Amino acid sequence: MNLTLLAEKLNLKIRCGGDRLDREVSGGYAGDLLSDVMANSKEGDVWITCQSHQNIVAVSVLKEHAGIILVLGKEPDKNTLEKASREGIPLLVTELSGFEAAGRIYNLLHP
Amino acid sequence: MSQKCEFSFPVEGENFDDAGKVSVEIKRLLKGLGITGDILRRTAIATYESEVNIISYAWQGTIDVRVTDDNILINIQDSGPGIIDIEQAMQQGYSTANDRIREMGFGAGMGLFNIKNCSDGFEILSEINKGTLLKILINR
Repeated sequence: MNLTLLAEKLNLKIRCGGDRLDREVSGGYAGDLLSDVMANSKEGDVWITCQSHQNIVAVSVLKEHAGIILVLGKEPDKNTLEKASREGIPLLVTELSGFEAAGRIYNLLHP
Repeated sequence: MSQKCEFSFPVEGENFDDAGKVSVEIKRLLKGLGITGDILRRTAIATYESEVNIISYAWQGTIDVRVTDDNILINIQDSGPGIIDIEQAMQQGYSTANDRIREMGFGAGMGLFNIKNCSDGFEILSEINKGTLLKILINR
């Protein structure tokens, strides 16, 4: 499944990286501790988090995530948006909680 | 063909705005040298955590990377307060990070533990009020 379809199914709003939504999502990881995400997330994952500051971008670049989903209605900081745009990391937002977003994405990826 | 390559990057303490920048650059260089897969993944985790450690706890530091046919040697030298009890610092969950650092999702007490997990060789030398030297070896 790619990010376009995921965004459609969950009604995610796209904040940047709209031209990269054809990326294949191979899995997901939910977490707000950066070291946890560095250690345990995988390439191709979509990262579900409530951290909206700019440091999430470097983590996503290093882990080669498909994209980042900010939950609970969080909006990316200005610097986050700038960095993510520059690095080509799609940033999407939702009002859903991390639990709901993760559950729904899991079901879509493992029908 | 025998390959040997070295590069060095400065990291400034407290500069959270650029956290991860050096690690992203190192990963790009290593990819350019044909390093991929698990070796690249482990090196990226080790350099990222080391970079964040300098920013969070030290005044300044450098990350030196030496790549040979056999391994990747990463030396992280900082000038800073040093580590009082290395054994305690190595324990997962132990951290001296302040609230500001923790609010950003850093300082979970996982950094050194993650680095060690990703390394084939790992050594810490620290001197109070002078600094810390971290030596990481990753076999290719």
